[in-house]
Amino acid sequence: MDNSKRYERLLERYRNGDLDRRSFLGLIGAAGLAYGVQTPFARMAFAQDVSQVRFDGWGGVVSEAFRRYAFDPYTEATGITVVDGTFAGGDEYLAQVRSSREGEYNIAHLSGVFDYARYVNFGLDVELNLDNIPNMELVMDALTNAFRGITPDHLSAVPYNYGTTGLAYNRAYISDEEIREKGASILIAPEYEGKIGGWSDWRTRLWYAALQTGQSPNDIQDMEAAWDAIRAHRDLALKYWGSGAELMSLLAEEEIYVTEGWSGRIAALQEQGHDIGYYDPPSSFGWQECLFVIKGSPVEACEELLNFMLAPETSIAVAEGQNYPPALDGTKVDLGEKIPTLPAYDPSGTLEALTFADPTYWNGNEAEWSETFARVQRGF
Amino acid sequence: MSVEAREKRQPWILLSPALGAVTLLLLVPLLFIVVYSFWLRSAVGPDTVGFHLDNWQRALTDPFYRYILFNTLKIAAITTFFCALLGYPAAYFITRSSGNKLILLLLLMLPFWISYIIRTMSWINILGSSGALNSLLMSMGITSSPVQMLYNEATVILGLVHFLLPFMVLNIYVSLDGIDTNLEDAATSLGATRWQAFLQVTLPLSLPGLAAGGLLCFVLGAGTYITPLILGGPRDAMFANLVFEAIITQLNWPMGSALSLLLLIVLGALVAIYNRFLGMSQLTKGLS
Repeated sequence: MDNSKRYERLLERYRNGDLDRRSFLGLIGAAGLAYGVQTPFARMAFAQDVSQVRFDGWGGVVSEAFRRYAFDPYTEATGITVVDGTFAGGDEYLAQVRSSREGEYNIAHLSGVFDYARYVNFGLDVELNLDNIPNMELVMDALTNAFRGITPDHLSAVPYNYGTTGLAYNRAYISDEEIREKGASILIAPEYEGKIGGWSDWRTRLWYAALQTGQSPNDIQDMEAAWDAIRAHRDLALKYWGSGAELMSLLAEEEIYVTEGWSGRIAALQEQGHDIGYYDPPSSFGWQECLFVIKGSPVEACEELLNFMLAPETSIAVAEGQNYPPALDGTKVDLGEKIPTLPAYDPSGTLEALTFADPTYWNGNEAEWSETFARVQRGF
Repeated sequence: MSVEAREKRQPWILLSPALGAVTLLLLVPLLFIVVYSFWLRSAVGPDTVGFHLDNWQRALTDPFYRYILFNTLKIAAITTFFCALLGYPAAYFITRSSGNKLILLLLLMLPFWISYIIRTMSWINILGSSGALNSLLMSMGITSSPVQMLYNEATVILGLVHFLLPFMVLNIYVSLDGIDTNLEDAATSLGATRWQAFLQVTLPLSLPGLAAGGLLCFVLGAGTYITPLILGGPRDAMFANLVFEAIITQLNWPMGSALSLLLLIVLGALVAIYNRFLGMSQLTKGLS
């Protein structure tokens, strides 16, 4: 809300009799005094807030798509500059945000509902005014409801896209039939020793360990069997990759033949002409990404950017650029020709075909499992 | 104020900007880390403030941390050994070369102009499956398929040697450069062979430089985490990687603080031992 609107509301309350004359003049006088005594530096700081918004995302083709299809047109339309940064992982980014001063980071492209829950738990959320984001009406309810389960009375993020972490394999060495037959267990197949990769993220390792041991990833009963599966994978794997760029490099250079991978990154590899297959085994790791507004940000400017980014023309262009289906409901919006062909795309708009991580279950075990994984990874 | 008092105060006035910077940028953050190490991580939300010894107890008694610490010191020691082995002949050659000494020293400094991460990643293009070495081996018919050379402890050590070698060479060079060459001539004129003169005269006199280079390589090697991250396999980790994971992945800042202080104490003890027997002056001479 800008200052003019605040004064108008104050005047309206005074005219309606909700505010006596003395209080009204006192508040106006105090506002004038505050304005009069603020330093030139304060005015500069204020100006900086509304002329610039910082966005942090996953880098690579994703950031390129945002820059090209969303940020540059947004800056042209509004005059607000978008400064974009990148991070390799959500954990690393949360650590940065926690150690920063309020307002330094504004909007983050977070992965998973569990990330939304973590930010809320750390008190890093804001209350978005959805009236300022009319394009939210085009978003799938299934995605928004996941966030409402954590903050029933408000939203601090808008859903933006979704995807899966499925199996990526080099077709020169592994056939489509073999990957379908072996499913997640191909990551612990001894015949591919030294040619297997995996993400260093403890959640993904445990998710696939659950699949390899025939358990539900959202309700692992036999934890020891899951840790053993992680140990087996560790001993056969050549490398745990730490970023999308490293994943693409390892597959493209044929250092590894099979790994789990992010659907959009694998689609990008396929576009580049690499014969890399992608397969979502049953209960593959589905996730949704959101644009989270962090506490201390210029909320109105952020809402404006979010609405701009959710506009179908922007959202579809970004989705086509980053190869992840947008959060827009395909039954409400014509998503064009490419998006329905993307891995993980759900034409029903319900996302019932995908399995998402239960935030309560995963966040509740985060402290113990992340630490145990660090030990298991090193041979313990 | 007397002249004597003013003279006494002058060094402190001149030192105050540096002392202020060290206090603000090193001691105060270090104090924060010390305080943090006594807090406790909560499952979700902010950490539990207080004076708890749990993190320290785990860091000192858990065999997992001991194993990684031992492995870190082992990797740092092997790296230091190879740096000395490769660095000494190089430093000796530079010292004894006439005319092109400056060019050789410039070449030695050249790697510092390129980012450490880029230099480390360059090994992927050399040792990778489709890297230069494998391409050469296959084109010569020595192997029919790529040899797996990357992502193991050996490549971690290789990356560290690549990074730390110039520090070793510089320190040995400084030490050798200060030795009067007439001493070797005197030894040979008294009947010693060139090799004996080197072993009994030059080498002992250059040991302080070797020790200073060794200390630098060891401390820098033991504190690294980028090299195992880029060139190591799933199991390969050094102690700094645990600190990184505790703080970044597990969001357990209190435990990460305790672990980083533990590494600091171990490496600090080594520096103190070095200082006790050899003195820090050799180290600063090597850096100048």
